[in-house]
Amino acid sequence: MIPRPDPTLETLVLNMGPQHPSTHGVLRVVLKLDGEYVLEAHPVIGYGHRMHEKMGEVRNVSGFYANVGRMDYAGALSFGHGHVLAVERMLGIEVPPRAEYIRVITTELNRIASHLLWFGAFLLDLGAFTPILYSFDDREYILDLLEHVTGARLTFSYFRVGGVNRDLDERFIQGTRVFIRRMRSRFEAYHKLVTGNVIFRKRVEGVGIISPDMIRKYGATGPVARGSGIPYDIRRVEPYSVYSELDFDIPTFPEGDCFARYRVRLAEMEQSLRIVEQALDRLPDGSVMAEKVPRKLKLGPGEVYQAVEAARGELGYYLAGDGTDVPYRLKIRPPSYSNLSLLNELASGVLLADLVAIMGSLDLVIPEIDR
Amino acid sequence: MIRYFREIFEGLWSLLVGLKVTGRFALAPTVTTHYPFDELEVTPNYRGHIDLVVNPKTGKDKCIVCMMCQRACPSGCITVKGEKPEGAKKKVLTEYRLDFTKCSLCGNCVEACPTSAIEFSHEYNLAGTSRHDFHYDLVERFRDRCRALGVEPKIADLTPVAPKPPES
Amino acid sequence: MTDVFPPDLIRLIVSFVIVVAFAFTNAAVLVLVERKICGHIQRRPGPFEVGPHGLLQTAVDGMKLMAKQMLVPRNADASLFRAAPILSFVPPIAALIVVPFARLLQVRDLDIGVLFILSLAAVNVLAILVAGWSSANKYSLFGAIRAVAQNVAYEIPLLLSLLTIVIWVGSFRMSDIVAAQGGFWFAFTPMGFVAFLVYFICGIAETNRAPFDLPEAESELTAGFHTEYAGMGFGLFFLGEYTNMLLVSAIATTLFLGGWNGPAFLTTTGTGFWATVIQTLWFLAKVYGLIVVMIWVRWTYPRVRFDQLLNFCWKILIPISMANLAVTAVWLKL
Repeated sequence: MIPRPDPTLETLVLNMGPQHPSTHGVLRVVLKLDGEYVLEAHPVIGYGHRMHEKMGEVRNVSGFYANVGRMDYAGALSFGHGHVLAVERMLGIEVPPRAEYIRVITTELNRIASHLLWFGAFLLDLGAFTPILYSFDDREYILDLLEHVTGARLTFSYFRVGGVNRDLDERFIQGTRVFIRRMRSRFEAYHKLVTGNVIFRKRVEGVGIISPDMIRKYGATGPVARGSGIPYDIRRVEPYSVYSELDFDIPTFPEGDCFARYRVRLAEMEQSLRIVEQALDRLPDGSVMAEKVPRKLKLGPGEVYQAVEAARGELGYYLAGDGTDVPYRLKIRPPSYSNLSLLNELASGVLLADLVAIMGSLDLVIPEIDR
Repeated sequence: MIRYFREIFEGLWSLLVGLKVTGRFALAPTVTTHYPFDELEVTPNYRGHIDLVVNPKTGKDKCIVCMMCQRACPSGCITVKGEKPEGAKKKVLTEYRLDFTKCSLCGNCVEACPTSAIEFSHEYNLAGTSRHDFHYDLVERFRDRCRALGVEPKIADLTPVAPKPPES
Repeated sequence: MTDVFPPDLIRLIVSFVIVVAFAFTNAAVLVLVERKICGHIQRRPGPFEVGPHGLLQTAVDGMKLMAKQMLVPRNADASLFRAAPILSFVPPIAALIVVPFARLLQVRDLDIGVLFILSLAAVNVLAILVAGWSSANKYSLFGAIRAVAQNVAYEIPLLLSLLTIVIWVGSFRMSDIVAAQGGFWFAFTPMGFVAFLVYFICGIAETNRAPFDLPEAESELTAGFHTEYAGMGFGLFFLGEYTNMLLVSAIATTLFLGGWNGPAFLTTTGTGFWATVIQTLWFLAKVYGLIVVMIWVRWTYPRVRFDQLLNFCWKILIPISMANLAVTAVWLKL
């Protein structure tokens, strides 16, 4: 263990961010340092605040489609999924099974893309420049596939209340099958280059240990919780869409350090490939849009909370309606916000380099925190 | 003591394995495209900014000036104007403006259109020096595209084209 | 002519010009080579647009750097701030004068050649310290602190591993060391190999390159000690880094890989023109081979952490190099 420094010594306050290579966006962390040791780390958020929740309260539901993808640009489809599921639940709209399968396929591909982005960025934080290019090579295939079906590469705006706005074609299905084979063969290189590397192991093993208690205290979810041995995954504990029909594991590792979170995400990519493969096999025929979707989506009166498993954890939409087509209240619970709140407790007593590793392992997407 | 040396050797070995991986990739062909010289094929489903649908035979548009797209747009970036010429039964499109600086490419306008009169263009090479470069006059674009297809554009012949906004 | 200018002075000036020109050319070539290798490791072609296959990229970059203003931050210690880049790149160039590129191609064959190089190489840390301190930037300061601890620690195993060869040959003179490797190269003996490995690791650490690039540590310290440098100030640090790489590889070649000696039957010990050319080519081939390995290593590994870096030095490198030295000494006595 790293010895804890004496807090009576002279300390240095360092502003890490809002422009810093390893804060991934406009997060500012005010550090109190004693030499290289971090005494306190206070995240300062809000630099990317765009009032998404308020915009949800002044626009009708279809006006908000474009907003959801702009909160978490790395895993935009999960955000769209939660939004349309919440509205559908409130209005009692039945979605055709083909549309649900398409949603699951594209969301899981998006999850892989998000984890690949994280993989590269995390290694970049640790000072390895090459893995990000390899993971982007793979991610490019996913983006091409998603671009072919949704028409966009990052902010998809693909899901609609009642279905999706475009059907899959044969080219996408064949391309996805090819991608699944390719991706499975790529993991070996990742493990050889990164997972087994002694420098990497020394940098992440035993660093930033999060106890299950802390996870519960701060409400952390997603790979961060599963890296501390808590098998909490909305796809399993509160199945939505067609996840209950699909066979997949929830990878958990009990160690709670950066390496456990790293392994959770790599294992999740393999599980997502399994999900996509099964969903493609079972993909039913039929329409991709429910027939009885009213033109004007009158919400409520009433309220609904819908959670989905985004790439970073539990994403919740709380929607309250007052009978008009504009939501009375739209509250979004993004996963990274709770995950970031762990930082202060995790950071005390670690080295500056470890702080960077810890922040990287939490997989923060700042626009999602700021909203 | 044995553990000490084993750790060193295992560490060294893992480093050599890493070198092998990068070395193998270094000798493999590159995967990038030399962008301005080679371009990738853009999927036909790509959603760029919107354009009016051209009938390649007649050079006519399909717009009935119902204003659905203008109303569906969450950002208010579409301005549609139409006129009823003397003796005609239907309105005719005279002006269709898109403020692309505000557009978030959600596609609500295309979905709202009852006659499928608008489509997504495939333009992604968009750069400008002024925000006015992105205030598109889709009627003007319609005329250009008609001419590119070799048909006489039959659109908005009623009024002269509105003057361009001043530069910056 | 010879009355006014003593031949030795002319020789010195000519050699100096050649050495400086060589250092600059070397840096220009290495920047391109590094970017190309890095590109291909990352499955992209690297610089490609300026000149055929991007060959002129460094020249253009150099011009850009020279054209830029050298900004001095308001709170910085201006004179130290300006002195640091020069301090970082003069010593490695000066050290090149004792490097034997061929049997006759050596500016000065000092009888303390190895010591001379090592003492000049130690100035590098001073340059980084001065740069980081004078910048009046917290990140730069961290870079400087890291650099001092790192370079001081890694100097010890570096010296110990070189000492192994020195006691083997019994001379500090570079030409003696090369001559002793006429039949076999030290890197291919057990003790020599261990010393070579230790030296090479320390060499990477001494040049502050990944995985030991802690003074720069982009993801932690933005750019570390040269955060505040712009234009040619930054360019000189770059030059210094690449000249240092050349120097480290040149020492490794001279002491462990037989210097200008080629493999068994392809070697020549002559003093003629063609013999000199062949010897130089062998020397440069080995030097650049080592540099390519350094580049390869840089683009493969993550960065080590600060305490791990020092632990690795004190707990692994120093004991091993000391044991190696002791074994060599005993073996030589027997």
